[in-house]
Amino acid sequence: MSMIEEPLYPIAVLIDELKNEDIQLRLNSIRRLSTIARALGEERTRKELIPFLSENNDDDDEVLLAMAEELGVFIPYVGGVEFANVLLPPLETLCTVEETCVRDKAVESLCRIGAQMREQDLVEYFIPLVKRLAAGEWFTARVSSCGLFHIAYPSALEALKTELRAIYSQLCQDDMPMVRRSAATNLGKFAATVEAPHLKVDIMSMFDDLTHDDQDSVRLLAVEGCAALGKLLEPQDCVAHFLPVIVNFSQDKSWRVRYMVANQLYELCEAVGPEPTRSELVPAYVRLLRDNEAEVRIAAAGKVTKFCRILNPELAIQHILPCVKELSTDSSQHVRSALASVIMGMAPVLGKDATIEQLLPIFLSLLKDEFPDVRLNIISKLDQVNQVIGIDLLSQSLLPAIVELAEDRHWRVRLAIIEYIPLLASQLGVGFFDDKLGALCMQWLKDKVYSIRDAAANNVKRLAEEFGPDWAMQHIVPQVLDMINNPHYLYRMTILHAISLLAPVMGSDITCSKLLPVVINASKDRVPNIKFNVAKVLQSLIPIVDQSVVEKTIRPCLVELSEDPDVDVRFFATQALESCNQVMMS
Amino acid sequence: MNGGDEVAAAPAGPPQSLDWKFSQVFGERTAGEEVQEVDIISAIEFDKTGDHLATGDRGGRVVLFERTDTKDHGVPRRDLERMEYPIGRHPEFRYKTEFQSHEPEFDYLKSLEIEEKINKIRWCQTANGALFLLSTNDKTIKFWKVQEKKVKKISDMNLDPSKAVGNGSIASSSTPKLCLANGGSPDRSYNYLGNDFSFPPGGLPSLRLPVVTSQETNLVARCRRVYAHAHDYHINSVSNNSDGETFISADDLRINLWNLEISNQSFNIVDVKPANMEDLTEVITSAEFHPTHCNTLAYSSSKGSIRVIDLRQSALCDSHAKLFEEPEAPGSRSFFTEIIASISDIKFARDGRYILSRDYMTLKLWDINMDSGPVATFQVHEYLRPKLCDLYENDSIFDKFECCLSGDGLRVATGSYSNLFRVFGCAPGSTEATTLEASKNPMRRQVQTPSRPSRSLSSITRVVRRELITGAENPGVDANGNAFDFTTKLLHLAWHPTENSIACAAANSLYMYYA
Repeated sequence: MSMIEEPLYPIAVLIDELKNEDIQLRLNSIRRLSTIARALGEERTRKELIPFLSENNDDDDEVLLAMAEELGVFIPYVGGVEFANVLLPPLETLCTVEETCVRDKAVESLCRIGAQMREQDLVEYFIPLVKRLAAGEWFTARVSSCGLFHIAYPSALEALKTELRAIYSQLCQDDMPMVRRSAATNLGKFAATVEAPHLKVDIMSMFDDLTHDDQDSVRLLAVEGCAALGKLLEPQDCVAHFLPVIVNFSQDKSWRVRYMVANQLYELCEAVGPEPTRSELVPAYVRLLRDNEAEVRIAAAGKVTKFCRILNPELAIQHILPCVKELSTDSSQHVRSALASVIMGMAPVLGKDATIEQLLPIFLSLLKDEFPDVRLNIISKLDQVNQVIGIDLLSQSLLPAIVELAEDRHWRVRLAIIEYIPLLASQLGVGFFDDKLGALCMQWLKDKVYSIRDAAANNVKRLAEEFGPDWAMQHIVPQVLDMINNPHYLYRMTILHAISLLAPVMGSDITCSKLLPVVINASKDRVPNIKFNVAKVLQSLIPIVDQSVVEKTIRPCLVELSEDPDVDVRFFATQALESCNQVMMS
Repeated sequence: MNGGDEVAAAPAGPPQSLDWKFSQVFGERTAGEEVQEVDIISAIEFDKTGDHLATGDRGGRVVLFERTDTKDHGVPRRDLERMEYPIGRHPEFRYKTEFQSHEPEFDYLKSLEIEEKINKIRWCQTANGALFLLSTNDKTIKFWKVQEKKVKKISDMNLDPSKAVGNGSIASSSTPKLCLANGGSPDRSYNYLGNDFSFPPGGLPSLRLPVVTSQETNLVARCRRVYAHAHDYHINSVSNNSDGETFISADDLRINLWNLEISNQSFNIVDVKPANMEDLTEVITSAEFHPTHCNTLAYSSSKGSIRVIDLRQSALCDSHAKLFEEPEAPGSRSFFTEIIASISDIKFARDGRYILSRDYMTLKLWDINMDSGPVATFQVHEYLRPKLCDLYENDSIFDKFECCLSGDGLRVATGSYSNLFRVFGCAPGSTEATTLEASKNPMRRQVQTPSRPSRSLSSITRVVRRELITGAENPGVDANGNAFDFTTKLLHLAWHPTENSIACAAANSLYMYYA
């Protein structure tokens, strides 16, 4: 054995630390496993490192997780795909550990490796591994096996394929609910690899088993996968075998199962085609919209637009719209809120007449809802309705709602509405904005809550961007600058912040003529906090204005501030002066 | 199942009374030994197989025991006898390990001390030979994994100078700074390890992988998850769901549903808190999931009712599916009626058909399909009824006794004062009602005559011993020498899931009996 040479030292440390007491060092080594492998060379990696890792299975979960992840991309370090099979044993062990996230990662890595392996290697190594895991003594192994079938199945021969299907079917009926849940979760993926004739028989019977499970949690996952499964079947098979199950599920005793159906139903419509949708799924969906359980109605209400898009307008108006009307006055605010967040999308689907006649009253009632969330959700999607009914009709009812939200006593609500103001402004146009909303925007600059003032300053900037400097010169800048004389220093500080945001939008000329004098003036403020903010703002103005202005106006002001009695003022003034100098040098 | 033999052999008709025998004691007190508060056992639980037993104590510790007599369970009896096994084989346990589950804490926001006392322990699904359990104090639930870990002895390091390996000595050839071995490395060393650092194609032959030599193992308990900040009041129960992925935790006013894998959120499923706390008349005292139906759970209240709820019905289960309570007998009302009606514990029978409840004076067995009243009521310590006033004065009336059912559902058991516990037969026609004492001679108190207990020699010594413990006053013994001692109460006990074996806690001692 030769000695450890100087350049090898770090790699030697790395290897030794694979077994260090300190978990951080072990983690570090595992994360650099590829470096270790390159140092050992491909052959020794295969013959020594991988077996070594296989025995390393009682380490802490964090280390095992990192190991599972690293091994997924290890094919190049063991000598390419023809040697990929040597990576399977350590990952197989990791598939059996107790910690779910480690197993999931190991399965993910196995899938990644399996997808690259040669066909004969899959048959020789990968499929036996899947079978071993599926027959594992502990449920952990069987849980993991479910996620590997879709890789193993395609390369198996006919007899083996039959066996694999039989094994999967057993997993669907395992004693442990964890295994059945995993089988339900992975059924869609597995089904996608199974040939059509078997799909109709074997897979459907597995699906059947899962849908009749005692455990709600298993049935739930069966529903979750059913949209994917439905799309694999021919429409007529889907109608014959699948539709009854789904309709049944939509009336399941467990609200959680119905909740899942409500979330998935619109996807199934595509799989079964228009006619069965009309006759079976629409009634099922209407039932869900009127479910006893608020959680189910929330899920159903949230999908109302997606569902309507699949239907033709008449069906939607005839069946869905009445439910929507009911939901808009639902006793649960969360249902109304879910509805409000999607209902705007219905306007284009229903067309102008139906929207004005039927949808508009619902919008308006939601806009007057007692819960701010509901109102906010409507306002946030305003652009979608605007295209259909025009702003005139909406603006009359919109304004009171906005004003009310703007003055809501919860500052988070005010914050949310401020964020929509630029959108509203673009939708409503300059004229409307000037009359009604301009004053509000100024009012927010004087809010009691810092976050609101901060957002208001940003809002002013975005409005200036939206409507252009000329408009801003007339409608924003004078009002903002007026407020610099506010007796409270915190409000004056907000204005300084607004100025620094406005300056880049307004351009050099306006900044020099209007904004800069105000800032310079503020440097005489009696409050040090204002003064050092002046220094900061001046610093931000340097790149915007002309070099001559910097020298003539900004520098003298900063020099003065740099001699201020207050240490913070001096600090920021000095910092700003340094930027002056840098600009000059360049 | 040795204990089951008699039952199975018995002809139709009520099973015979069991003859209980002392099996084991852990943490037995010696005469005069003072019980440390922190050592008092506050929770006992068998796991599903009955191969493990866990106890929790007021000091926040969890102690695990494992069964020692099961390894050869499949061997026919004849062979066992030939192997000179004692004939009356019964579950025997040995100390396995212990760990500190909870520490005392202080909630600075509410200025409240949080005791470390373990209120409940529940076993979870075993996986890969590792044991999992939930333990809770008043506020925080923890998920523990107990596993054998290899004690690592690493050899064949690249850099360990103390080991001369093979024919080449590393130590002699390495510069002093290399002696850092696997500790911190000199600053500049990692500079070599950029990704572009190229290794020769065949690798570097001088590098070696460490070798683990020792295969010794020891048990390590690791806290996998902490479920905190979900309860405003004191947690009284935790219970696993049969789906293996969720559990509930109940405090005085709310029940929360958790996923075992997610510790930062739970769902409130029952909330009995009135809008105005002055309207509060009833609190939750205990809650348990149905053993097989994942959507059914039962909880008991301080007013003596049991509610069964169906999680499928709605997300918030404020309305119950079934209500079990006993109509009050007319004219029997007294000041204590409501206090003693409070249910301190409920347990589902193994098949999920029956629920056992314990209130202060009785054990009641309810059929889940019959909500008009209990199918059986057992008086636990009727002789205390005239003394309720004293029990109220010294707060004993608020003691929370647990109850348990045998695995076959034929018997029930619960504790009482003076370290006594009682076993009742609940099969139709059974009149079995045994009183046992948590001591090495459990049947000593067999004749249950409240007025005049037999004063055998052994009972005199016992009284003497108790005097040593409780001090000179001896408050539990009245003028007749009628001993019942409020300070030695047997609150916690558990029945082995498959055999007739009971584990019960008398202060800091764990007594095990079999029949």
